[in-house]
Amino acid sequence: MKHLLWITGGRIIDPANNRDEIGDLFAMDGKLVDQLSDAEKAEATKVDAAGRVVTPGLVDIHVHFRYPGQTHKEDISTGTRAAAAGGFTTVVCMPNTSPVCDNAGTIQRIIDKVEREAVINVYPTGCLTLGMKGESLAPTGQLKSAGAVAMTDDGACVQSNEIMRRAVEYAKMFDLPIMDHCQDQSLTEGAVMNEGEWSIRLGLRGWPKAAEDIIVARNVILAEVTGAHIHMQHISSAASVDILRRAKDRNVSVTAEASPHHIEFTDAQLFDYDTGFKMNPPLRTEADREALIQGLCDGTLDCIATDHAPHTPTEKDCEFDYAPFGVIGLENSLASTLGTLYHSKRLSLSDVIALMTHKGAEICKLDAGTLSTGAPADICILDPDEEWTVDAEHFQSKSRNCPWHGETLKGKVKATFVAGKQVFDGKSITA
Amino acid sequence: MSHSLSWNRKDLIDVEHLSREEIETIFSAATAFKQAMEADDKKQPYLNGRTVVNLFLEPSTRTRLAFEVAASRLSADTITVTGAASSLTKGETLRDTAQNMAALKADMIIMRHSASGAPHYLSKVVDIPVINAGDGSHAHPTQALLDAFTLLEKFGALDGKEITILGDILFSRVARSNIICLQKLGAKVTIAGPSTLVPKAFESMGATVCHDLQKALKNADAVMLLRIQHERQTSTHFPSLGEYTSMFGLNKERAQWLKPDAIIMHPGPINRGVEIDSELADSNRSVILEQVTNGIVVRMAILHLCYCHHKGIEIELPS
Repeated sequence: MKHLLWITGGRIIDPANNRDEIGDLFAMDGKLVDQLSDAEKAEATKVDAAGRVVTPGLVDIHVHFRYPGQTHKEDISTGTRAAAAGGFTTVVCMPNTSPVCDNAGTIQRIIDKVEREAVINVYPTGCLTLGMKGESLAPTGQLKSAGAVAMTDDGACVQSNEIMRRAVEYAKMFDLPIMDHCQDQSLTEGAVMNEGEWSIRLGLRGWPKAAEDIIVARNVILAEVTGAHIHMQHISSAASVDILRRAKDRNVSVTAEASPHHIEFTDAQLFDYDTGFKMNPPLRTEADREALIQGLCDGTLDCIATDHAPHTPTEKDCEFDYAPFGVIGLENSLASTLGTLYHSKRLSLSDVIALMTHKGAEICKLDAGTLSTGAPADICILDPDEEWTVDAEHFQSKSRNCPWHGETLKGKVKATFVAGKQVFDGKSITA
Repeated sequence: MSHSLSWNRKDLIDVEHLSREEIETIFSAATAFKQAMEADDKKQPYLNGRTVVNLFLEPSTRTRLAFEVAASRLSADTITVTGAASSLTKGETLRDTAQNMAALKADMIIMRHSASGAPHYLSKVVDIPVINAGDGSHAHPTQALLDAFTLLEKFGALDGKEITILGDILFSRVARSNIICLQKLGAKVTIAGPSTLVPKAFESMGATVCHDLQKALKNADAVMLLRIQHERQTSTHFPSLGEYTSMFGLNKERAQWLKPDAIIMHPGPINRGVEIDSELADSNRSVILEQVTNGIVVRMAILHLCYCHHKGIEIELPS
């Protein structure tokens, strides 16, 4: 028997196809179709979306699901359930697991686990260098064959320009994007927060923006000379946005993402040493925050990515210097991003949905993020105006390190569908 | 310095959150304790039967001794736990260490910690008073308060006085607390030293940044010298101690740039021949040892005030 889905009367926003209209959406056996016959309609699962917005399932190209090796923080089951609750149907997970994804076996292990436990689509990435040590190249071809969709040493930016040059040149042969966490480590030794007025006041070791800007500039130069595609992860600094804008004007093959926390918060949030706001790169100043939003508005920054980085409450419950970097965001990032970009009237609803769907999918060449006929029936139904209060204690994620905990946000995911099947009903995981 | 006593806190974490009235309350109490210390029997009864834990997770001699003396002059039993002797080296968290101390019925915790913000964290973990004895590069409130107390003894009032702090400002909790405390009392603060250790960003705290030593000393009523903290710096902040001494060390020749009645202060420990010429440290301009004596009475005042507030006891002072 065919699996049939009929979503009726919603406002369908499909930015990749310039579609924004009230209408019905149909799916058959996991794929979107133009129409169902009357007989099929009679059999279809019917979902009333009147008064709601129907979008492609959200796409996040930067998450940490901690499998294998750090499953006390998160695993494939809890991570994908958190994603589904946030409206996400496709994520790309980072390779800094234990062991790291620098070999086909570890990639295969993740894919096996995903097949058994995931409720959404998960794509792994492979390390750029062996052991993420930045010294010698990881077997890019084998990692791609095993299923990696991008190469990255996320969290451990390759410091050697020679290795980076060879890595991007080599990855280009496989048509794989390089994702880089831009950080010159010689400038950030011992650093825990943005270098500026607040680091001076709090006596915390400052992390200069130059540490990011220098690597962004390096990557632009390497992308230009090699023609390889380099994607800059979680840009936090105004100068980096400027460097990227100029590079894009010259058609250099670079892309970049911004995270929901960097566009909403500044380093002033650290006034009472709350480790819940400690992340890498650190929260910057109001001027940087504004530059990131500008970058998203004019296309310099291509997409939103959460950098969902789970850590347990015990790990975060300590002196600020000793707490691990990272925050989680999958379950509230749609709402917080809507707040920062849409409710603040900086971008249209359709533009925000684009940043959270097909823009990211295109960077990693994923079959996701659109409502095109024949595309996977990955769908998010949301109410952009419904208010709710973030309660991390009730998250699907294993971890609680959410800087939005307790905040009231506007924009609620009402349902999530993967391949035409409902995985989240607005309250619970239904997969 | 006779003021009505205004005190509503159980912890002393930094100077930033103290009002001028609260600072003056500490000084009133310190003055009373200082007068009482002239007696042969120096003990005061206020913390009799109470247990004060000195949790010193970073090496310290001067501050630890000063707190031990202050607590015992208030008749408290003191227990000192140092970094190496604590269970933190065995992997215990600060939360567990502190809760164990509270469970042992300690009445107050005085903490020195290498991580900025640690006393703030501790004060949220335990109900008993927490006194910050220095956290990372953030704050050293008791040092700043004893420095200001010493200056007030010399000058009567600090309104309009110009104080220059010279040395490693970037990594100095003493500098940060002094910049805040002195301005609250009406003084103008100039910070001086090499540009890598005295960054412009300090102007956001109200201080004037100066890299010309003569200019920084010329109008100062007091100059406060800070030690170069080799243990906190990466090797990149300045060329060498020799270069520092040649450019910013205070010697007899440079001391002549000061006004004739300007005084020289140092929180200790001093590195003779590095930031200060040995003879100058011992000269009659120096109030370094008065700072040490005042460190006892200011800390007695703070322990007493915080404990009284914590217990809801009316504040009594030696008559």
